[in-house]
Amino acid sequence: MTSTAHQPWAGATTVQPVLSAKGVTKQFSVAGGHFTAVDDVTVDFHQGKVLAVVGESGSGKSTLARMLLRLLPVTSGQIIYEGRDVTHIRGTELRKYWQDVQAVFQDPFASFNQFFTVGHMFKRSLRLAGQGVDTDELIARCLGYVGLKPDEALPKYPHQMSGGQRQRVMVARALMMNPKVLLADEATSMLDASLRVSVLNVLQDLRRDLGLTVLFITHDIGQACYLADEVIVMEHGLVVERGETDKVIFEPQHEYTKRLLSDVPDLKGSLKHRV
Amino acid sequence: MTALTAAPPELLMRATNLNAAYSADGTRDVPAVDAVSLEVPRGQILGLAGESGCGKSTLGNTLAMIANPPLYVLSGTLEIAGLTIDLSTLDKGADARHRPHRGQIVSMLPQGAMNSISPTLRIRDLVCDVVRAHDRSKSRSDALDLARDRLTMLGMPVRVLDQYAHQLSGGMRQRMVTVISTLLNPQLLIADEPTSALDVSSQKALIEMLIHMVDEKIMGGAIFITHDLPVLSMVTDQLAIMYAGRIVETGPTAELVHSARHPYTSALLAAVLDPTRETRTKTVEGIPGSPPNLANPPTGCRFHPRCPFAMEVCARQDPPLVGEGIHSASCWWAKDHPHETVPLQGVSL
Ligand SMILES: Nc1ncnc2c1ncn2[C@@H]1O[C@H](COP(=O)(O)OP(=O)(O)O)[C@@H](O)[C@H]1O
Ligand code: SF4
Ligand SMILES: [Mg+2]
Repeated sequence: MTSTAHQPWAGATTVQPVLSAKGVTKQFSVAGGHFTAVDDVTVDFHQGKVLAVVGESGSGKSTLARMLLRLLPVTSGQIIYEGRDVTHIRGTELRKYWQDVQAVFQDPFASFNQFFTVGHMFKRSLRLAGQGVDTDELIARCLGYVGLKPDEALPKYPHQMSGGQRQRVMVARALMMNPKVLLADEATSMLDASLRVSVLNVLQDLRRDLGLTVLFITHDIGQACYLADEVIVMEHGLVVERGETDKVIFEPQHEYTKRLLSDVPDLKGSLKHRV
Repeated sequence: MTALTAAPPELLMRATNLNAAYSADGTRDVPAVDAVSLEVPRGQILGLAGESGCGKSTLGNTLAMIANPPLYVLSGTLEIAGLTIDLSTLDKGADARHRPHRGQIVSMLPQGAMNSISPTLRIRDLVCDVVRAHDRSKSRSDALDLARDRLTMLGMPVRVLDQYAHQLSGGMRQRMVTVISTLLNPQLLIADEPTSALDVSSQKALIEMLIHMVDEKIMGGAIFITHDLPVLSMVTDQLAIMYAGRIVETGPTAELVHSARHPYTSALLAAVLDPTRETRTKTVEGIPGSPPNLANPPTGCRFHPRCPFAMEVCARQDPPLVGEGIHSASCWWAKDHPHETVPLQGVSL
């Protein structure tokens, strides 16, 4: 996590980003008009970097993520993946895109079928992705990345695992698709601090060892501080601040970023005993 | 600590020797609360912290007198509001008469409460339902007057009463269920993970409101349950750290946070990620291993398989309670190292 590893911020680099949003906007119709959830957002994701998107709930983080994942159509703007416009691709192309860009969400319980073991779920995902051969070896390798053992994890049902284990299983499942980009939307928010750092460490290792590009969405600036190379701050659908993590967190310019930082509960602080 | 001869704060509640277990089919017992004793001084907020699955909610439900099968309270007394209540006989024996008191004496704000209210319910209907469920003598307009006054007192918008739950932000919904669950001025409020699903700004608004409520004596005191130590250090006076069904350390919040005496407390503190330059450079390993299965907990100190300070005796014998004033820990290491803080690097590797 040294700053020498940082890319110069967007624009200054000639390296082609893996994934970009260009002027992406999402409007929802509401009674009597439109609500702009994401407003003209432009952002580049560079290979082997962790970019964190921070902001309060409702600031548009997840809507942006769902558009990047092509789960939600854009109102305007483009999504560029490896130099190609993927905003409107369909069919086989889209399925290929969905293999390359994997996601892990907040509640690992929600994405698990309660009646399948981890092993069953893994084989099923691989079959759907058209990967039939050598799956045992692949599964073992991906579980290994997240510190789980096949003979322990595979026979388990979702309810037999802790939240942290389930979340690591979901990361392993995403990795089996050999993705270029991993998008984690509040994936660690509901975890205990100790499990949380172990999942963050997994992401850190994958970035370093596999060159994975990570889009890390969180309302918790502390986690962004631990993990991210770059941070963008969203408020009401707009990117209000962006830059290298050290700059954004230790020299915030925008009032909103400053407020987010001042609202973070402080282990050594107390509201009870203020004088 | 100063040697002033200030009288100790009046106790709001004392819970002694609570034991509670889940009994799946009457044979396989999961003792989720094991010999727990707790005190809350009047006007204070006690924080209950620990990893998920350690029994925090179970303890909260036991204290709130809402334990229902498959959860059974095996023993425990609760002293509050001049009453001494045997929690294990609430359903059957003489103390059954106390069961109606729950909600009024001890009010529980359950985990996930803000998401369990129907989105199509108006807040004012919720107010009436809740108030009248506890006090039949109150009319609809009494209940609404009560809510209006309370919201005004807390500086919250009264028009929220006319809105539907789905129109409110998560933060506002959580503050509203908190206000509603305390309209009848309970002695004790138990709030289970009230901030865990909120972003930092809504968390701050909720904890400021809770402090305000205690200051205004809307309730006599509160127990705040969460695994989030930074939130607890902002809002609480005292902390109790729970591991595998037992309380392993208790004490004044600032003292625990600055000078933990139990290795588990110390490990929890080490895993906190503040947005500081230190966090930018440190590597936190988390606590190795996973919390034990409560159906079959480790012998001796339940933390011993994961503790970097474990000694031979730790696996053999229950650790002694080592007390220094109102700060105490159950630990062999603490016994051998009186007045020492657990070295952080010992647990964060
Ligand atoms: N309905 C239930 N039946 C059986 N075991 C349960 C039930 N609810 C909780 N438990 C078990 O009791 C223990 C404590 O759970 P809980 O009180 O919810 O912990 P926490 O609130 O600290 O996360 C856990 O081992 C959990 O699996
Ligand atoms: S009693 Fe032993 S194993 Fe338990 S926390 Fe203390 S030193 Fe560690
Ligand atoms: Mg709980």
